[in-house]
Amino acid sequence: MASDSITGGAAQGRLWDRFSIKTKRVIWAWTFLALPILFYAGIRFYPTLQAFWLSLTDWDLLRPANFIGLANYQKMFADPVFWKVFQNTFLYLVIGTPVSLVLSFVIAFYLDRVRFMHGFIRALYFLPFLTTAAAMGWVWRWFYQPVPIGVINGLLGSLGIEQQPFLRSTVQALPTVLVPAIWAGLGFQIIIFMAGLRAIPSTFYEAARIDGLGEWAILRKITIPLLKPTTVFLVVFSSIGFLRIFDQVYNMTTNDPGGPLNATKPLVLMIYQTAFSSYQMGYAAAQTVVLFSILLAVSLFQLWIMREKK
Amino acid sequence: MRNKAKLAGLAAGISFLALGSAQAVEIEYWQYVFDTRVQAMDQLIEKFEAANPDITVKQVTFPYADYQTRVVAAKVAGQGPDVVQLFYGWLDNFVNGELIQPLDPAVFPSAEIEADFFPIVSAMKRGDAYYGLPTAVRSLALFYNKALFTEAGLDPNNPPQNLVDFLAAAEATTKRDGGGNITSAGITLDMAGQDHHWWREVLIRQNGGVPYDEAGNVAYNDAAGAAALKYYTDLQTASKVGQVGFMDEGQAAFRAGLAAMTIDGTFRLGAFADNPFEWGVTELPADANGLRSNYSSYFANAIGSGAQGEELEAAQKFLAYITSPEAMEIWLNVVGELPARRDVALTEANLADPIRAPFLKGLEYAHTTKFYDEAGQRQVAIDMVNRVLLEGQSIEDSLAAAATAEQAIIDAATK
Repeated sequence: MASDSITGGAAQGRLWDRFSIKTKRVIWAWTFLALPILFYAGIRFYPTLQAFWLSLTDWDLLRPANFIGLANYQKMFADPVFWKVFQNTFLYLVIGTPVSLVLSFVIAFYLDRVRFMHGFIRALYFLPFLTTAAAMGWVWRWFYQPVPIGVINGLLGSLGIEQQPFLRSTVQALPTVLVPAIWAGLGFQIIIFMAGLRAIPSTFYEAARIDGLGEWAILRKITIPLLKPTTVFLVVFSSIGFLRIFDQVYNMTTNDPGGPLNATKPLVLMIYQTAFSSYQMGYAAAQTVVLFSILLAVSLFQLWIMREKK
Repeated sequence: MRNKAKLAGLAAGISFLALGSAQAVEIEYWQYVFDTRVQAMDQLIEKFEAANPDITVKQVTFPYADYQTRVVAAKVAGQGPDVVQLFYGWLDNFVNGELIQPLDPAVFPSAEIEADFFPIVSAMKRGDAYYGLPTAVRSLALFYNKALFTEAGLDPNNPPQNLVDFLAAAEATTKRDGGGNITSAGITLDMAGQDHHWWREVLIRQNGGVPYDEAGNVAYNDAAGAAALKYYTDLQTASKVGQVGFMDEGQAAFRAGLAAMTIDGTFRLGAFADNPFEWGVTELPADANGLRSNYSSYFANAIGSGAQGEELEAAQKFLAYITSPEAMEIWLNVVGELPARRDVALTEANLADPIRAPFLKGLEYAHTTKFYDEAGQRQVAIDMVNRVLLEGQSIEDSLAAAATAEQAIIDAATK
């Protein structure tokens, strides 16, 4: 056994010995890195490229795909529903991200100072994050019902305020769907913000107080600037989340998915319907390519905006 | 492991050929998950296997939402079912996708089918060939809550028979709170449920129109279509006897005892069976001239395109059994859906049954919409009503937009 490896590895051994330690390290590093790279290439990059190719075909699952050039994109850009959905997707982003970040920062900032039942309150905020989006969607859907069963409308009614249509309104439906989505993500963002707040050395605050800085100035000059890495992470993370919103929308509008009149339909839901209700896989792939481009552009743009100024 | 199994299969196949004896054939039957349908099919399979010991049938079920995708995906993977259940409106998709094969006229003669089954079975015919046969058929009727009728001073044994009485009953049974909000609806309004069929095949015809012309193109963009749409939306906007989205779904409102009337199908009988109040069923209301119409639909059973040789033979035997009078009786008792054969359905006992009779009468004058993309065409109807109710669009404009959108779906499917 031992002699085998010595004789068998003699020729290789000589070659291997000629490498410097540095080269050997590089070879080892690449050998280990090759595994995840191959894995990623196989299950991530290959399907992504395949989707780009599919978007140029008329594949419908049943018949072989034919190359049709950019016809899917032409159809998409000429479709008013696509632009409505495009607009909805950005509304989810531009309302959802700032609102959820401001809310979670304010809560984290004050929760950080609370000592009484701190763990319990934090757990309460985190709980919705652990709940299944589908179950939550259904509960909220019932909250929003008209009287006699809708809790919110029941409350409004007892206060003498007019009933609101919520999910049955083309104007209110999107914010209505967004509320549980923001609420569900809040717990996670609070935890991350609190970790960020704890990471700021307390000596900074002590020094600032000795110098006579007010609370507001401390917040503006110390807390917010030093939280920047946390904020960048959360902005990117929650933007991607809102751009990919699906569960809440689908579960709160199952009778008329993305309705009424496409008022709540995000891009992901449109892709889902195109692919799995209409079986237009090529067209769905074209929509996916658009979503991919948006996600990429938004992420890169945010990283560029929030980059370290040197 | 797989290879071993394949080898074993091959060996078994060869030995079977060599022996030439009847060995067990296994076929797969696919349908979507619906409790009573699965139970009924279990009973049918048991009886079928007892009569045909050389055939075993494996029932495979999927959630309704995934069902079509699964059938399509299985075909792509080359592992499709031998006998498969499909909604009649999916037929073109299934035929174009080569998911199913035409029935052999030697085993299922067209003349016999046409003599024995209700005429709506013709929706399964393309050219000269039938592509499937139903076990049961469905029609619509008006369900009403007897307790709410009595409370409103109406005779619970004399439900409305025409649209005028229907509206009067809805007005009498609607309850509102101090703010004018409906707390109990007279009639459920749920275009995503069965109401789009009511509008399409009943209300349009009662207003003197037809939903589609002979060639299958949209024909409702006229005064009749507008009058039908106006009648429907007026229920919410003018007489305020119902509200789209009330209790989330029409059937939920009725089950909760918060809607006096709802239009629904035979398939709902099971779900309504344990309603905690007394309810009745009557035919869909006639118009002023006594014209009645109804919408009938069904799930048919077809033979998968992959079934060949002895599997095909077994599949044909199984299909013949599950569309036999005996199977239809079992289906009627377990699921509550009406037998697809006339002589099994129109028995004296059934016609005297207060629940079954209105549905059976409806079948006599029912129409079956030729759908190209059922979900898409339903969405057009949902949007049409929403444009009027939520955006205040005029009846004519909304109807015209719906006609254009639906014709586009039909054109895309028939090009």
